[in-house]
Amino acid sequence: MSQGIAITGMGIISAIGNNVAENYNALVTENIGITRVSKIDTIHKNDIMVGEIAYTNQELETLLKLPPENNYSRTAFLGAIAAKEAIKHAGITDISAYKTGLISATSVGGMDMTEKYYYQYLEDTSTQKYIAGHHAGDSTQKIAEQLGIQESLVTTISTACSSAANAIMLGARLIKAGKLDRVVVGGSDCMSKFTINGFKTLMILSDTYNTPFDDNRKGLNLGEAAAYLVLESDAVVKAENKPVLAYVKGYGNANDAFHQTASSENGDGATLAMEKALEVANYKPKDIDYINAHGTATGNNDLSEGRAIIRVFGDNIPEFSSTKAYTGHTLAAAGAIEAVYAVLALQNNVIFPNLNFHTQMQEFSITPEISLKEKPLKTVMSNSFGFGGNCSTIIFSKEAK
Amino acid sequence: MKNVYINSVGSVSSQNTTDDADFLKEIISYNDTTIPALNPNYKDFIPPAAARRMAKGIKMSIVASKIALQKANLETVDAIITGTGMGCLHDSEKFLSAIIDNNEEYLTPTPFIQSTHNTVGGQIALEIQCKGYNFTYVHGSNSFESALLDAKMQLELDEATNILIGGVDELAAHTILLNKAIHHIKETPVESSKVLNSNTKGAIYGEGANFFVLSNKKQDSSLAIVADLQTFNTLPIQSVAEKAREFLLANNLHPSEIDALILGNNGDVEFDTFYNHLATTDFQNVQQFVYKPWIGEFNTASSFGVLLATNILKTQSAPKAFQMNNIVSSQYKTILLYNQYRGENHSFTLLRQC
Repeated sequence: MSQGIAITGMGIISAIGNNVAENYNALVTENIGITRVSKIDTIHKNDIMVGEIAYTNQELETLLKLPPENNYSRTAFLGAIAAKEAIKHAGITDISAYKTGLISATSVGGMDMTEKYYYQYLEDTSTQKYIAGHHAGDSTQKIAEQLGIQESLVTTISTACSSAANAIMLGARLIKAGKLDRVVVGGSDCMSKFTINGFKTLMILSDTYNTPFDDNRKGLNLGEAAAYLVLESDAVVKAENKPVLAYVKGYGNANDAFHQTASSENGDGATLAMEKALEVANYKPKDIDYINAHGTATGNNDLSEGRAIIRVFGDNIPEFSSTKAYTGHTLAAAGAIEAVYAVLALQNNVIFPNLNFHTQMQEFSITPEISLKEKPLKTVMSNSFGFGGNCSTIIFSKEAK
Repeated sequence: MKNVYINSVGSVSSQNTTDDADFLKEIISYNDTTIPALNPNYKDFIPPAAARRMAKGIKMSIVASKIALQKANLETVDAIITGTGMGCLHDSEKFLSAIIDNNEEYLTPTPFIQSTHNTVGGQIALEIQCKGYNFTYVHGSNSFESALLDAKMQLELDEATNILIGGVDELAAHTILLNKAIHHIKETPVESSKVLNSNTKGAIYGEGANFFVLSNKKQDSSLAIVADLQTFNTLPIQSVAEKAREFLLANNLHPSEIDALILGNNGDVEFDTFYNHLATTDFQNVQQFVYKPWIGEFNTASSFGVLLATNILKTQSAPKAFQMNNIVSSQYKTILLYNQYRGENHSFTLLRQC
């Protein structure tokens, strides 16, 4: 159970950069990507802040060399950019040389186009090409096409904000079970009026920069992003003499079974997810060197997650931080964004700061890392929690065994 | 590796599949462009106050999952894995139209919360207090198959003993209009028995929820063995028969050894060719069944195909209305299912008698 699955490539596009190098540079220079919303016409523009990607859809279309008659949603555009970077990074030139699958995560899918043309669809035939692009699986099919993945195992996971962590988990399990030799795993979610208004009605959007684990936190900033990892079997790594970036060592998914949107006060689901991941990795809590927390900066998440971390780690809590102050909460993509950050942390032996933290939470005494810290890292734990009580933890390691 | 058994089923569909007493006894014929699922007596399963807040997809799923658990004699399971192609459409439409109609004002959170794709999986977990693994697959016509594949993998490796899986999709008014506009739904009503010969574009759309308890432990209620399953994001029409042969060969089977072939034909003249290709070549001497003309097409309609196969294996009989050719098998031990939607997301599923 404790054999890790090799990560051989990664790609990302987020509010703090259009590729892995730009994201890393922003993380270490504390360059946050949170601004006022510019690409969506919403009445809430003056009372929310978001993590937007600079490229317009037109620019993304050009980058991907797509014909103008394409029916890509922004989710598909972003996903294709990040997945292509991951494949390139992994040095893959012939995608069909090995049995290669794609597991992608999304929560909004093609909602950005649906909300634009919802009524217009019925009158304006020129917009109708987007109708069939609404469903969540459509962006995944397009990403597979962009990567040249054919006649293979391709699927989409949507478990709200833990979706991409679950895509990584499924990919690792498929390789372990011998169903695939290679799998591209990750997620993509674009900004939409639908999610802005959804989170607005839940009253968990901050009107200023989000402040994870701060006592005065006011809620989350929504972000848009996509990120993918390439996972390969030991046989492929050996045959191709591939450099391995890190390993997916442990994973766990559990359900809080408490409330459709809120986390239980003591973080039952989160605790179970972290414990399961440790068990799969065959690790003890002391083996974890850094936790990249879910840390959305909502009152409920940070309290529940903090308590769960204390339950799992007791008095020996490793350094932890949330990187959501940089990117905003990228929903279904978050688990993949933070997986890339976890691998970057391992590669560079750095812990990324939990920005915007000022005041210690009253409910407990644990404090996130607030400045960039160099530390030899062997393992990183990454948490992602979502609606429907969905709780996921992935453990990344430098070592396979 | 352990065998994977289907230990029970629970179903809400546009046919009589909810109660054992009249299960598929009389096949209902429809003459419409969309076929809603028959409403069971929700009160028997869900407190009315809670039911009022739930869209049909959630209600159908809770009923189907509770029946499946009851029949498997279980209070809870180790994992819940759901497949839904379109998710909670009704609540998505409700929230989105409210955003547009009221210019982002006066919104309430409930439809947004319930529009999330994993609402059904989360609700079932809440209902039965299941803190285990909980995944939701949303990949078109391979949504249910992805759930089945995931569960099968866990059970074979003995990572779980009992897993509840299900496929659910619901009809919603605006999405119906949109799919009519692009001819994914047929323009005019067609009677069920005539759907396959309609010779027109698009399908008759439907809805439903089919849930199953899968287990690596055989018990009295066991209905079938899930022998194998393979999914493909793309498959050219000329490769379908070859892939079917390869799939069977991997299971030491030849097409002639299949007792029944269950196909996902929906009467769409553009895409039924994929099925017809199989039906008229390698499997022309095999008994063939179709079900979508009587329950409608939806992304997880193939879960009804599995329900049908399970029932044929258990009862050794099949509804005559669903039969596509004139061949009748003397016994049903091995059943192959093939499904795709609009030429994408193909699957082969192999079930055996247990």
